[in-house]
Amino acid sequence: MPADDPHPPYLHPPYGSTLLRAPAQPLLAPKLDPEAAELVDPVYGHRPVGDLDHDLTRQRPVEPLGERIIVTGRVLESGGRPVRGALVEVWQANASGRYAHDLDRHPAPLDPGFHGFGRCLTDDEGRYRFVTIKPGAYPWRNHPNAWRPAHIHFSVFGTQFAQRLITQMYFPGDPLFEHDPIMNSAAAARDRLVARFDLGTTEPEWALGYQWDIVIKGAA
Amino acid sequence: MLTPSQTLGPFFSHALPYAEGPFCVPEGHPGAIELRGRVTDGAGEPVPDALLEICQPGLFGRCPTAPDGSYHFRTARPETYLPLLIFARGLLKPVWTRVHLTPDDRFLDEVDESRRATLVATREGEAVYRFDVRLQGAGETVFFAI
Ligand SMILES: [Fe+2]
Repeated sequence: MPADDPHPPYLHPPYGSTLLRAPAQPLLAPKLDPEAAELVDPVYGHRPVGDLDHDLTRQRPVEPLGERIIVTGRVLESGGRPVRGALVEVWQANASGRYAHDLDRHPAPLDPGFHGFGRCLTDDEGRYRFVTIKPGAYPWRNHPNAWRPAHIHFSVFGTQFAQRLITQMYFPGDPLFEHDPIMNSAAAARDRLVARFDLGTTEPEWALGYQWDIVIKGAA
Repeated sequence: MLTPSQTLGPFFSHALPYAEGPFCVPEGHPGAIELRGRVTDGAGEPVPDALLEICQPGLFGRCPTAPDGSYHFRTARPETYLPLLIFARGLLKPVWTRVHLTPDDRFLDEVDESRRATLVATREGEAVYRFDVRLQGAGETVFFAI
């Protein structure tokens, strides 16, 4: 592993689900020649991205409850090069902290106005933009009185399969940060997971704005 | 300043999977193969909330595991191996493995002989292969730093 590797370890005992799922054997570091299968450009042409797919507040006949927000930022390679035309997918809980997922048993209300999934393609500057509502914190059973800080799940593609990243974005100043083993698995790099409130992105009389850049490893 | 990975979490199936996801090529596509298997954890229990992805030139596949940990893909026969990427609750970052259809691939030379078999699919039919993934413990699948 390179010294600047910001990724969490597989085994992180405070997050109980890692105990039986973390590989115990060391990873093999293969030689990746330019033809390596992992360096193929991922093609996800099954469903074209629709004009409204980035707006999670307009996917149902009624509007969702909650605080409307804009989340935007750039997808960059570690060298600073923007990743253009890349697919970004997001999913999240509703304003009450409940996912529109059959197995979510949190006794908080579902919102008929909110499904909680969006996608978009980055523009020529690598920029993505979503309109959504601020998700609520939610409890989980990892330890007594465990609560996840409010977060949005992000899935990002680069131009090579090897650049694939799935992560979570958090909101600034959440008092749950210090109690969350998932966020803290990133140790000192956890701050990179926190969006920045931005008045410039905020739209008057309409929605608060957050900026969050995502940096993936450079294409080989 | 790379962005750290975080777990997929348990509640993604209303979002990421799509009906055509496991089918990278249409049925009857010349040279298509079916790949299926199960993902299990360190106790040998199924992992019912994993998301698997494969990628080949011009093709991309995505399949969530079923309650019994099983997954399936239909795709083109790979020239060498098929890269397989697995996300799951409990995986703070994904695991990368490689599905080989034959045990005599030169890429397998890099792998310790005692663990090589974990990277070779079992042929179950004319063009049907089985590849189980063991995240941890006895018979742990070889994973790669990609
Ligand atoms: Fe979540």
